[in-house]
Amino acid sequence: MSRTILTIDDSRTMREMLKATLASSGFTVVQAEDGQHGIEVLQSMGQEPDVIITDINMPRKDGFQFIEEVRASADRRAIPILVLTTESDAEKKQRARLAGATGWIVKPFDPRKLVDAINRVAA
Amino acid sequence: MDAMAEIRQTFFEECAEQLADLEAGLLAIENGEADSDTVNAVFRAVHSIKGGAGAFCLDDLVHFAHVFETTLDEMRSGRLDTSDKVIKIMLRSSDALADLVTVAREGGTADAERNATLIDELKGLVALAKGEEPPAPSAGAAAPAADGPTYDDGMGDLDFTPVAVDLSDLMGVGGDNTFKIEFKPNPRMYAKANDAIRVLRDLYELGEVKVTCNTGEVPLLTAIDPEGAYLSFSVELSTAESESKVREVFEFVEFDCDLSVEEVAPEMGEMDLDGVDPDIADILSRIKASDDDEAPSAGSDEPEEEEEVEEAEPEAPVAKAEPEPVAEATKAPPAPAKPAAPAPTPAPSAAKGEAQDAKGASGSPAQTIRVDLERVDRLIDLVGELVIHQVMLSQRAYQAGLARASDVAVGFDELEQLTREIQDSVMAIRAQPVKSVFQRLPRLVREVADISGKQVRLVTEGEWTEVDKTVIERLADPLTHMIRNAIDHGLEKPEKRLEVGKAEEGVVRVAAMHRSGRIVIEISDDGAGINRKKVKEIASDKGLIPADANLSDEEIDNLIFMPGFSTASEISSLSGRGVGMDVVKRSIQALGGRVSISSKPGKGSTFTMSLPLTLAVLDGMIVSVGDQTVVVPLTAIIETLQPKSSEVKSFGGDARLIQVRDAFLPLVDVARELGYSYEPSNATGGVAILVEAENGARSALLVDAIQGQRQVVIKSLEANYGRVPGIAAATILGDGRVALILDVDAVVATSRVEGNFFNQAAE
Repeated sequence: MSRTILTIDDSRTMREMLKATLASSGFTVVQAEDGQHGIEVLQSMGQEPDVIITDINMPRKDGFQFIEEVRASADRRAIPILVLTTESDAEKKQRARLAGATGWIVKPFDPRKLVDAINRVAA
Repeated sequence: MDAMAEIRQTFFEECAEQLADLEAGLLAIENGEADSDTVNAVFRAVHSIKGGAGAFCLDDLVHFAHVFETTLDEMRSGRLDTSDKVIKIMLRSSDALADLVTVAREGGTADAERNATLIDELKGLVALAKGEEPPAPSAGAAAPAADGPTYDDGMGDLDFTPVAVDLSDLMGVGGDNTFKIEFKPNPRMYAKANDAIRVLRDLYELGEVKVTCNTGEVPLLTAIDPEGAYLSFSVELSTAESESKVREVFEFVEFDCDLSVEEVAPEMGEMDLDGVDPDIADILSRIKASDDDEAPSAGSDEPEEEEEVEEAEPEAPVAKAEPEPVAEATKAPPAPAKPAAPAPTPAPSAAKGEAQDAKGASGSPAQTIRVDLERVDRLIDLVGELVIHQVMLSQRAYQAGLARASDVAVGFDELEQLTREIQDSVMAIRAQPVKSVFQRLPRLVREVADISGKQVRLVTEGEWTEVDKTVIERLADPLTHMIRNAIDHGLEKPEKRLEVGKAEEGVVRVAAMHRSGRIVIEISDDGAGINRKKVKEIASDKGLIPADANLSDEEIDNLIFMPGFSTASEISSLSGRGVGMDVVKRSIQALGGRVSISSKPGKGSTFTMSLPLTLAVLDGMIVSVGDQTVVVPLTAIIETLQPKSSEVKSFGGDARLIQVRDAFLPLVDVARELGYSYEPSNATGGVAILVEAENGARSALLVDAIQGQRQVVIKSLEANYGRVPGIAAATILGDGRVALILDVDAVVATSRVEGNFFNQAAE
């Protein structure tokens, strides 16, 4: 029984890197390309993911908007969401928190830290 | 290829796309065509490159991208306005970024000085946007100094740390520390799927923990809000770790709870725990067991502690439960009426499968798929074979006596139709818009304009015209050289232009279109046009034409393509990359194409380049030469005729000329040139095929007979055998025979005489 992680990032490179890291740690990875796509994928998943990892800067719908929408939705709203950020400034982190992020991971990410963070927020 | 190497490749591919988007976006902004989406996209492009570069530790690239990104951030938030001057700096930065990517990908060294200057300019823009003083220019080459995580560029909050440094590791940790922690989660914390239990569990990992759960605020069950937060925790922690490490545990939740962490003197006695069992699960199960234990203290209507219900799960303190069922729990004892957590999740592959379907069905942004080019190439090869075999099959069937009116014959016809359609569709897979080549042009134009001191505006048309990938790749070089030529030689300097009443800025127009089954690319400039007098002089001085040759304007213009026209000393260096037009023409012809130039003095010139749509098939004329079958590319053929003996003249030795209307053209004995026979072929019994070669000179190929005209699949001789002079490639005919495809220009060149100038000689 492996955990499912939904990863949302508009960079193909980042998606592949996340997938490689997570899959080799035994997670099942589902991908989306931006916030809007993320919402669609999330709604269509039969079983909700255990953790969502999302980038912030994306076309169509950015990470903040995605999180706000998830948190405001009727179901699927209490899924742990980790935000991927290169931003080291407190303001962005605050915004992420306010939007409803569970936590954040700084990129470029250390694979171990990523898995640790996931294990911390997932059940 | 291992996973990392594959991802690295993906990264560089994506970089190329990002760089293209970046440049296109900046150009759109420059033209005043941009909206906020464009500006955001431009920011994201650099942001993405930076992100990926960081993961691969490409420090120089990361550093430059970071400064660039910061500047773009100011621009997208409206604090930096998009004046021409600013955009020019951005465009140069985009070029520099592209170079850094290339260096990262292929090795080599970046132009450190230029990059350092650009970085200073970018920082200047940021300072401007923030209303600050620009920072002092970085001393020397800033770029190489960007290694390492603690690069300090003097811009305070712009410090970028590519690798997170754990400061608490640096702080002295000595002996046992004791902390007193008060932790009261807010409902917000739970709404973000954070969990007090997990946080407390993390504390357990730091050392010895004594936790007291304060249940004083928990209301009656009927008054409980499932999404509320009623519990608080008092913790006494004995650990070797520092305070910052302790606070780190609360990192994700510190703003969604009331938290206090105090270091206390170790000799403080055990906390007064007021007799409550520190094991939370125990507490909560006791709460569950009896509704009456609680006295509503704060009397608030705050919703029930979500965690409490969750912990009421039958002995599964480790399992995380969904919060939704909490709503039901207010009405009934917390039955495990939940989907998921304790129960094994339904086959992950099913979930994944659904999600994958969802990805396709939910109208995901991508309407394309990525395919290995090798697979497409192989498919095209196979389809080529299919065509050959289909033709062979029909022919054999007819030879074996199949009636043309029979059902089988009809079937063969349909088979041929189908096969052609498959071939067309498959060729179309590899067809790409020329846009990818056109995208490199703006930068090229910027650079050449800079070096030659001209002002140039580039206009492109028809970027969506499609052509086979194999052709596209080889288009870039000739296109580049022709544009260099247009800017360097065609356009006048700004002052000169003003003098003659033109705008200071010259225009170079590149247009692509389909015309009679080929792709035509025109490169025109509104410069001075060709100086015909000078060209004729040069050609004559170099002995390329007789001094008194009588040439039409068009012929003079095309003299620049003659071999030997431009020598090294005349080609303007353009950073040492000058190339003569003859080389350009030859490389276009190697693709089966043609190029010519036309010019209006004072108004400008236009290069016209035409290329076949694909290099995989060829329209050819099947001819007999000696006892061999040879294919002559149709594009080279002007006309065919049957020579009469009166039209064929001898000219020294075995050389012959043929009179065609008013001109005398060399008659090339193909059988002899290819070594199929040693005796001159009979001219009057054969067919003369008029062809046009390199310098526009015409010749006539003498062959025995014409068998027909067909589209043939090109098979590389070089790849399978070796290079044969006079032969371009090979193909397999319908009857299974191998036929060689003639390299018309080569065959003509090896025969000794040139056509054009014998108008005079023969007279």
